[in-house]
Amino acid sequence: MNAQYIERYESLVDALPGQHLPWLNALRQLALGSFAASGFPSPREEEWKYTNVTALEKKLFQPLVSAVSESVDTAWVETHKLADTWSLVLVDGRFNAELSELADLPANVVVTNISEALQQHPEQVKNLLGSALTHESHGFLAFNTAYFSDGAFIAIPAGLVLDKPVQILHVSTHSEALANTRSLVGLGANAQAKLIETFVGVAGLSYLTAAVSEICLAENAGLEHYKVQVESEKAYHFGGVYASQADSSRFIQHNLSFGGLLARHEIHAELTKGCDCELNGLFLAKGRQHVDSHTLIHHTEPYGTSRETYRGVLADRARGVFQGRIVVHPKAQKTSAEMNNRNLLLSEDAEIDAKPQLEILADDVKCSHGVAVGQLDPESVFYLVSRGVDTETAKNMLTFAFANEMVEKIGLDSLRGRVQEHLLDLFPQTGIRRDWL
Amino acid sequence: MLKIENLHVRVDDKPILKGITLHVKPGEVHAIMGPNGSGKSTLSHILAGRDGYEVTSGTVTYQGKNLLEMPPEERAREGVFLAFQYPVEIPGVSNVYLLKAALNAVRKHRGLPELDAIDFLKMIKQKIKLVEMDEKFLYRAVNEGFSGGEKKRNEILQMAVLEPKLCILDETDSGLDIDALKVVSDGVNSLRSADRSFILVTHYQRLLDYIKPDHVHVLAQGRIVKSGDASLALELEERGYGWIDQTVSVAA
Repeated sequence: MNAQYIERYESLVDALPGQHLPWLNALRQLALGSFAASGFPSPREEEWKYTNVTALEKKLFQPLVSAVSESVDTAWVETHKLADTWSLVLVDGRFNAELSELADLPANVVVTNISEALQQHPEQVKNLLGSALTHESHGFLAFNTAYFSDGAFIAIPAGLVLDKPVQILHVSTHSEALANTRSLVGLGANAQAKLIETFVGVAGLSYLTAAVSEICLAENAGLEHYKVQVESEKAYHFGGVYASQADSSRFIQHNLSFGGLLARHEIHAELTKGCDCELNGLFLAKGRQHVDSHTLIHHTEPYGTSRETYRGVLADRARGVFQGRIVVHPKAQKTSAEMNNRNLLLSEDAEIDAKPQLEILADDVKCSHGVAVGQLDPESVFYLVSRGVDTETAKNMLTFAFANEMVEKIGLDSLRGRVQEHLLDLFPQTGIRRDWL
Repeated sequence: MLKIENLHVRVDDKPILKGITLHVKPGEVHAIMGPNGSGKSTLSHILAGRDGYEVTSGTVTYQGKNLLEMPPEERAREGVFLAFQYPVEIPGVSNVYLLKAALNAVRKHRGLPELDAIDFLKMIKQKIKLVEMDEKFLYRAVNEGFSGGEKKRNEILQMAVLEPKLCILDETDSGLDIDALKVVSDGVNSLRSADRSFILVTHYQRLLDYIKPDHVHVLAQGRIVKSGDASLALELEERGYGWIDQTVSVAA
């Protein structure tokens, strides 16, 4: 049980960043108490009904005490970096300065790691930490708060438009290791930025990623956030992105999930007056992969707009979960919210649990949701086959097209190409000619 | 080219075609006309290899081979092309991707090398002029958001690119205004040649004003009840299908 984690982790608490800050120690203690009481989330909890993480308690993943990862294959890490970005690389849950590229940031822009930020900007960290989690609580979040070993800290001052994207590259290189990170992103009023979080791991390794990102958008700020999950096929991934949006701010999120044995994504946003929120998701799973996308949008004030589009492709014995919840609070009149989720099942044994939820507590709103689960359309397959394409290729073309429509929504050219490569690498296995796309 | 002998076809235990015999020689254009529900579309689908049909008796021989035994992709590669009455929209697959995939599958079957990107583009720009389509349609998803006329032109474009031997046009004229009908007909006429045959399945005589058939057959209640030359179509136009139905009932 979690007692084992707590016992095992006792010795390394001293190595966690921010020991000199009493407020942080108090926060960690509180979280530890909560984790000790609840442990990792159980399928008995409504929001975790379809995803069982009890295996984690038996596995006992360990954080790496040493901050240096001597055995990192730097060439391999480089292949996951996007061109023309600032990059912050976290290896097994700790910042790696040699691999990161943070030179020439504009004045007053801070992109650094949390350990450093706790030294240099403790007040800013204090203001942001937990600010997007006021209505969130479960075992993973408590675990993350209690033990996070590092993470990214990004602060963009008011009025600044960052001309290049920032990439946080989460890299896992050790078997049975835990990478437990907390990242904080704050945008001042009218600021604008693009952020990519990429999760990769050495093929074949089993490890646990627990990454929590809190995003705070001040008035009229705009953030495009991309999450690309290509963990190893044996990895466990918990990744939460929680956005708190001040009036008129815009949050665009793309959640692209390809890897991992078990992956759980939480993408939550809390909107105030006149905010825009766009959530796009694509998850592909095969073999015995399990992927869970849990989204939650709170409209708390009037004139908010949210658009949510998620697509899933499941093959073999893979299992997918889509839980999408939109809450329109009593004050949130004139809200416009749309949610759409479509899933493609490629085998008899693949499974999806799709659960859209609209809770509307205001009376002057425009909300809709739709969920579809299906196989490839036989009419479309026949149309392609009648043109000379063999059946398998026709099916692959249609599967690829279904997924690729989500990839096409990616606004960053370099990332779109990269994600398309991941898609082609993994799924479908044959039949799609890259040079014809 | 094509020999259909005494073909009987059922759908869900319901007989649709009740003994069709039709011989099409290279270079010929045959029009198959008939009222709704006469089995016209079934005949086109069965030739293209769509499943859901049960052949209870009869044979279809195409260039000396048993057509009914070939999977649909092989029929396409051997030169059978069906222009659909209702072309399917395929979001996410661009027109140009489908054309490349189809053309190269056909070329591979014929033992020809893959066309390189430059030659392909040169060829496609030529063919697209035939159907008076804008080049931007090449990069749009197959038929997605196309008007009825654009979809039918797109079918003819695919036909022009694949250069089939036997072209079956299933109600290609339906839903077209007169301008689109002319464009589609001009496209078809430009593809006519001594070794390419056409089967035009249509409800209306209108199409045959633009594409002159060598033979016209009237299909009613699953049988060809009358065959003749182009003048038969005019007679149908004048007298409607009513007299045909009477002929059939008298014969039955």
